[in-house]
Amino acid sequence: MATLPTTRDESWRYADGAVLANLDPDVLDQWDDFTVDPGETARRVIVAGGAGPELIRVRVSVGDGATAELFGVVAGEAYARLEVVVSLGKGAHFQFGGVTIGGGNAVREIVTRMDHALPDATSDQVIRAVHWGTATGNFLGRIDVARHAQKTDAAQDFKGLILERGAATNARPELEIYADDVKCAHGASIGQLDEGARFYMAARGLPPELARKLLVQAFIGDAFAALEDEDEQARLMDVALAALGDRS
Amino acid sequence: MLHINDLHAEIDGKPILKGLTLSVNAGEIHAIMGPNGAGKSTLAYVLGGRLGYEVTGGSVTLNGADLLDMDPHERAAAGMFLGFQYPVEIPGVSNVQFLREALNAQRGARGETPLSGGEFLKLAREKAALLRMDMEMLKRNVNVGFSGGEKKRAEMVQMGILDPSFAVLDETDSGLDIDALRVVGDGINTIMRAPHKAVLLITHYQRLLDYVRPDFVHVLAAGRIVTSGGPELAQRLESEGYEAVA
Repeated sequence: MATLPTTRDESWRYADGAVLANLDPDVLDQWDDFTVDPGETARRVIVAGGAGPELIRVRVSVGDGATAELFGVVAGEAYARLEVVVSLGKGAHFQFGGVTIGGGNAVREIVTRMDHALPDATSDQVIRAVHWGTATGNFLGRIDVARHAQKTDAAQDFKGLILERGAATNARPELEIYADDVKCAHGASIGQLDEGARFYMAARGLPPELARKLLVQAFIGDAFAALEDEDEQARLMDVALAALGDRS
Repeated sequence: MLHINDLHAEIDGKPILKGLTLSVNAGEIHAIMGPNGAGKSTLAYVLGGRLGYEVTGGSVTLNGADLLDMDPHERAAAGMFLGFQYPVEIPGVSNVQFLREALNAQRGARGETPLSGGEFLKLAREKAALLRMDMEMLKRNVNVGFSGGEKKRAEMVQMGILDPSFAVLDETDSGLDIDALRVVGDGINTIMRAPHKAVLLITHYQRLLDYVRPDFVHVLAAGRIVTSGGPELAQRLESEGYEAVA
């Protein structure tokens, strides 16, 4: 049986401590395995959108020359955490798009770990967080590049959007690189809706809620841009925007 | 149409408009000219209802309704269009989606039925052609990657689609070359020269007025209208300068 994590654990430091203390320890042992065989391509789409606390842990194993795609929306009403641990084979590719969105007082987080142990693999992560009320959105992204994993190309891009004073986002990129011939691009920024754009949209007749919805849609669209299935893309966008519509 | 009476407004506590009075009737085009810092853009933003532009006195009515009591999007639904000196880029939102949502929001506020996707595209195609804008431009994100001239042309396409009864155009001529100036001028005439419509043209130079002939010209200086006249006033300003005339 696993020991319950606390916010003293580095990878849980921004989580909701009170929720962690009440977790059923069994859920910590529950990993969803997503394995893609060498040379294959596969996709998984995940939505955390329930009323109670949710912990979703996915262990991705990408075979040599394979591509795994994972897209997720964390939009529940309570503490929710999507944790993704990826091990990449030689020349493998992992594509990730994740969104945390919501208000209230909940903490929603995405925690990823890329394990580049072999050469020539690539990973690309785009994460967007949109929060209001006194909610918090977190992204903790770790990238490990082993000494032999030459020609690794790992990208990580996080942007947070705070709709109201009182909401917060935390971003913690963590890169451990032991190979010398690699590309690891990472960016993290946090901002609010552009007042100029909001006024421009209002001046054309868009009420504030509708203008906000369009701007949020554009903002989180980046996370789903690599999802080629347009129906799936629209479904994830609907889930995310529905959370915005419920905004109290 | 539009009646501004003794309007006072300030930004960050600094008075900019100091008792501006102006009436624009249906069927008229008025030009407001004036030196830098006179308050021209402030007037445009106050009429649009921008945050931070605080009205401290006076009144503005549009078709009898209290304009200052309306939120910016309500002013648009009431028939006002504000053409921006610096149109804003909105990454991730296409012109088509933006304008269809805007038009249908306005129509909804007026109790009219929304346009379908097909109906909207037909309208958009017609107005884009009028301004000689490639329909492909309208499928791109709002103003993103547009040159200064393309942005101004896109503003006029927006005006054509939204079909306001009253337009405030803030330095719509800036950034335009001679050919674009003619296209934009023709667009303003075609879209807004009508007995039930009116335009307030804010401009620094006389050149747009060669294409859009105003019925009245006003000089704005230090927050007030200091001189008014016909089109000949613009010519005099151009040759003699603001200081000599105002």
